[in-house]
Amino acid sequence: MNKYRTFRTKNDLFSILIEIRTLMILGVLTLIMLGLFLISASLGEIIVHPLNVLQVFFGGGEEYDRLIVQTLRLPRIIIALFVGTALAVSGAILQGMIRNPLASPDLVGLTGGAGVGVVAFLAFFSNEDHALTVSIKWMPLSAFAGAILIGLLVYFLAYKNGLSPMRLILIGIGISAFTQAIITMLMILGPIFRASQANVWLTGSVYGSNWDEVKIIVPVVTALLLLSLLLARRMNAQELGDETAVGIGVHLERDRRLFLIIATALTGIAVSFAGGVGFVGLMAPHIARRLVGSNYGSLIPISAVIGAILVMGADLIGRTLFLPLEVPAGVFTASIGAPYFIYLLVTSNKSS
Amino acid sequence: MVLRSNVLKGMGIIAGLILLVLCTFASIVFGYTDVNIRDVYQAFFNFDETNLHIIITEVRFPRALIAACVGASLAIAGVLMQALTRNPLASPSIFGINAGASFFVVVAISYIPSLSLQGITWLAFAGAAVAALVVYGIGSIGREGLTPVRLTLAGAAIAALFFSFTQGLLVLNEKALDEVLFWLAGSVQGRSLDHMLPVLPYIVAAWLGSLFIGRHINVLLMGEDVAYGLGLRTAWIKAIAGIVIVLLAGGAVAIAGPIGFIGIVIPHIARWLVGQDHRWVIPYSAILGAILLLLADISARYIIMPEEVPVGVMTAIIGTPFFIFIARRGWNES
Repeated sequence: MNKYRTFRTKNDLFSILIEIRTLMILGVLTLIMLGLFLISASLGEIIVHPLNVLQVFFGGGEEYDRLIVQTLRLPRIIIALFVGTALAVSGAILQGMIRNPLASPDLVGLTGGAGVGVVAFLAFFSNEDHALTVSIKWMPLSAFAGAILIGLLVYFLAYKNGLSPMRLILIGIGISAFTQAIITMLMILGPIFRASQANVWLTGSVYGSNWDEVKIIVPVVTALLLLSLLLARRMNAQELGDETAVGIGVHLERDRRLFLIIATALTGIAVSFAGGVGFVGLMAPHIARRLVGSNYGSLIPISAVIGAILVMGADLIGRTLFLPLEVPAGVFTASIGAPYFIYLLVTSNKSS
Repeated sequence: MVLRSNVLKGMGIIAGLILLVLCTFASIVFGYTDVNIRDVYQAFFNFDETNLHIIITEVRFPRALIAACVGASLAIAGVLMQALTRNPLASPSIFGINAGASFFVVVAISYIPSLSLQGITWLAFAGAAVAALVVYGIGSIGREGLTPVRLTLAGAAIAALFFSFTQGLLVLNEKALDEVLFWLAGSVQGRSLDHMLPVLPYIVAAWLGSLFIGRHINVLLMGEDVAYGLGLRTAWIKAIAGIVIVLLAGGAVAIAGPIGFIGIVIPHIARWLVGQDHRWVIPYSAILGAILLLLADISARYIIMPEEVPVGVMTAIIGTPFFIFIARRGWNES
């Protein structure tokens, strides 16, 4: 029996190679994710029985349960799921494109850009009594604008007869340090409660999500995810190295630009709703790589599911463990993922 | 590489040292209180207990010294990390050192309010060492032994872990945030020689160590197998480099808090100047790191006078444009 299965469209525009084992792992992880989804919807300050949750999912259930699950919890869980997916896929794309295991949305300055957007928003739209003059609803937009602007800036500064991955990431690091500096300065200059408000955002939290946000994030992330799956084989080619990639007929520059745009858009949308949830973009792809190897056809879906599990799990812990306090999800993403990653690192005997 | 011959490189070192001395002077002279050079001379050789002289000997001079030492240490630590992990993006913050130190300090400030500043210095040092040991340990367990990729990944994971613990504590405890924010941004303000003296012997030993292993690092960079074949005890050199890194980065973060940027950027600038020969890269990095931190510290006093900006912020603001310029000019991308 063949170890691999190929999927391809008739005109060969799209083809993808998936290991059978990958499909099994993907199945297991998806089950874990769905289980976590259900548990997240039922746990909280008020516990709803999982069966009742299921009833609500299918349109039934009592009025009270419907309120809690549908109005309060579901949007938040869905946002967490898609934020995790977006960050993980963005990281997977960047790591392949830059060919460095340390590449991540944080390192190339995208998260920093969003952070500047938020801190600047809090600083400039306040009056003398430190009350906001504009609705806080505009903050995600400001974050998104920051991420996109920094993405563009990094791209243009790094562009010189084409886009070398190394130059891209070095400029990214420089710009990223710069954004950190601006964030710290604005936080120190402002009053302390602003600093702490900004700090919660910078840590990353999906607190207070609503259905309007879900309506934006779900289609955007889904579209970008499908797009990156379509491009999986070209991402594989990037990892071969410049010469080989050009040799097998890849348009290196154009692809890089495209990947950078996708990664930026994914990070931008994720951080604009959830803030700087660290770790997911860096480590989820590595965890996926240790599980299924570095073929992008497998890597992207697996990273996406792992990212979703990480952020959903982190949010679940954050809002249940320290009741009545809410701890931002970003605090726990690493606490869940890092030990598992270290376990994989120590036990596995293949180097990625 | 800009400086090609050994003569040029040697002259570069001398020029760098002169610049360093000038910057140290500038750091003593410029600031909120006006000081001129005669006062400085008087303060050292003819001390008369006026406020001015006290400022010079008790505030400005220690501060300049600390900035220079911290800058040099961070830069050397960065060079060694990038060589050891063979990753141009490595820096003390990636190794988990800054995150470990920050975590210990935040815990201390949250739960032991009576702790003295010197106590905090020691705890930061301990945190840095613990984090580095854990990373080194995890990196070397398993069949492959200590490979650059494993070291890098273990470092990134541990850094993320400690960082998230720190964030969690800060979110739960806003008062600590207020006190720690300035430390977390990195600063050499208000540090006296008392903060540095306990750590200084280790730092100086590590400086000497780093100069000593420069040529071995060159061999190590040829690749593990080649280095071994040439008779280098790779495990020893890696262990020594690891210890030097912990002492330098740990010492620096203990004195001044996590100051980013220098550790990652200065090595690139140094390599742009003198190429890949680490016998030169290490001293150049040290001098450049010290100069950058001194300049950053001086300008940090003027931006929002009479208040001060944390110097970690200034290093980024001064260093970034220069760094981008060099990144665009290009160097050996190896």
